[in-house]
Amino acid sequence: MRIGIVCPYAWDVPGGVQFHVRDLAEHLIRLGHDVSVLAPADDEAGLPDYLVSAGRTVPVPYNGSVARLNFGPLSAARVRRWVLDGDFDVLHVHEPAAPSLALLTCWAARGPIVATFHTSNPRSRAMIAAYSMLQAALEKISARIAVSEYARRTLVEHLGGDAVVIPNGVDVDFFARAETNPEWTGTADAPTIGFVGRIDEPRKGLPVLMRALPEIVARRPGTRLLVAGRGDADQAVASLPAGLRDRVEFLGMVSDEDKARFLRSVDLYVAPNTGGESFGIILVEAMSAGAPVLASDLDAFAQVLDQGAAGELFANEDAAALARAAVRLLGDPARRDALRESATAHVRRFDWRTVGADILAVYETVTEGAVAVAPDDRATPRG
Amino acid sequence: MTTLIIICAVLLLTGVYLSWTAGRLDRLHTRIDAARAALDAQLLRRASVAQELATSGVFDPAASMVLYQAAHAARQAEPDHREVAESELSQALRAVFGEPGQVTAVREAPGGAEAVSELGAAVRRVPMARRFHNDGVRAARALHRHRKVRWFRLAGHAAFPLAFEMDDEPPAALAARAAGPGATRGT
Repeated sequence: MRIGIVCPYAWDVPGGVQFHVRDLAEHLIRLGHDVSVLAPADDEAGLPDYLVSAGRTVPVPYNGSVARLNFGPLSAARVRRWVLDGDFDVLHVHEPAAPSLALLTCWAARGPIVATFHTSNPRSRAMIAAYSMLQAALEKISARIAVSEYARRTLVEHLGGDAVVIPNGVDVDFFARAETNPEWTGTADAPTIGFVGRIDEPRKGLPVLMRALPEIVARRPGTRLLVAGRGDADQAVASLPAGLRDRVEFLGMVSDEDKARFLRSVDLYVAPNTGGESFGIILVEAMSAGAPVLASDLDAFAQVLDQGAAGELFANEDAAALARAAVRLLGDPARRDALRESATAHVRRFDWRTVGADILAVYETVTEGAVAVAPDDRATPRG
Repeated sequence: MTTLIIICAVLLLTGVYLSWTAGRLDRLHTRIDAARAALDAQLLRRASVAQELATSGVFDPAASMVLYQAAHAARQAEPDHREVAESELSQALRAVFGEPGQVTAVREAPGGAEAVSELGAAVRRVPMARRFHNDGVRAARALHRHRKVRWFRLAGHAAFPLAFEMDDEPPAALAARAAGPGATRGT
């Protein structure tokens, strides 16, 4: 099958959607499909063979962080060119409700188009304001995929219609087989807590964890907090009493391999995110690696953790509740083993083998009885 | 003179806009036709595998009869009764595959593993195809209702598209991923 995938965010900037598109493309290529990915890229060197660059991006604030997107006539022309050259059976666009390359593709192409909606931002006024303009482009989408039941609900609320739920994929075995690193493993007296995420982005929740830390260390004195992710370390520990600052170790940005080893090693993984999450891939990665998970009770997280069966939940933004749960889990190895066991069984549904097969089933459903993808030559007033 | 030019320009722009809207409608109807064809194909696949299983002798006679009757009715249903007949097939499948042990039993019969994986794929794809179809119908209905479409009769004689409503809940034991890795026909 000839498949064209559109990634709206810059390829050379790390991000959840980019990783999802990369893993999906590589999974489909391994299965023998012909895949081309169109994505913005600021630096054209070192791009994989299957990637076609859509040019440079413009930084735009979107969904609480700065997204690098591209739009305008030059990008639209590149999209048309790519659609024409690619001769695809199906197009798969990501995040088409953002003002992005994916939306441009919906304008420029006709034929079977599949769209995956990643974010669920309940406060997106722009989406509502641009509703009628969006609708003309979005009604060309033959099949919509939402990454979680929560994302599906917001999608239905904002844009009407319906979507099937297919979660994001993870290479479960990559995490399950990673080796532990003695520097990051804890002992009964000195357990380790792990956190992965941008330090300077408040919605990732590190400040909540920092507020909970004094209580955790008071009850389990040897505890170390290991933080992997970009950001200013000094600023992150500024709220801590001086005596506690050496309990926190910053590892900076880590590679995929190190992230897997990190998650294999820690005694407890904490995800204190305060909002803006539609899925929670890091939770799936932590579960794959066998780390017991303690996460805030966001809708999306509760769903990924099987409503608390595969990982524990605490009341969002409640540092005291986080501290209580962490202290209890760190002192209860049997409970942690039980969580590990149920997570290992639960996490299989997120493996690429399952997720990839579901996505291919969607492709097959929409290409059945439809003509191939082509540029849309009808008069299209560009709002 | 100027007035005439302005009137002409307005008429022209209105014409372009209306023709573009007609194009949108046309495209939506093509999309719905394709989605409906895909849905029919999935429903037929499901009914065929169910009927095959019903006559294969892997179930007890009562279960075989229930499943056969429902699958037969779904395949033969007139358009008016299609939704009811397909819903009844869903209910029959849920009743027959009510317990996980049944799936294992069928899987162990000769050729059973393949039948189970085919049926598993079909019961997962029916809701998928139906959502895609009804999503298109909803978009078309929203546009059909618009003033410009009604006043200028842009929809022509195209039938007002109808959603396909049915109970498509798959049997839990068949839809569950743990039921087996072979439940996909992706490649």
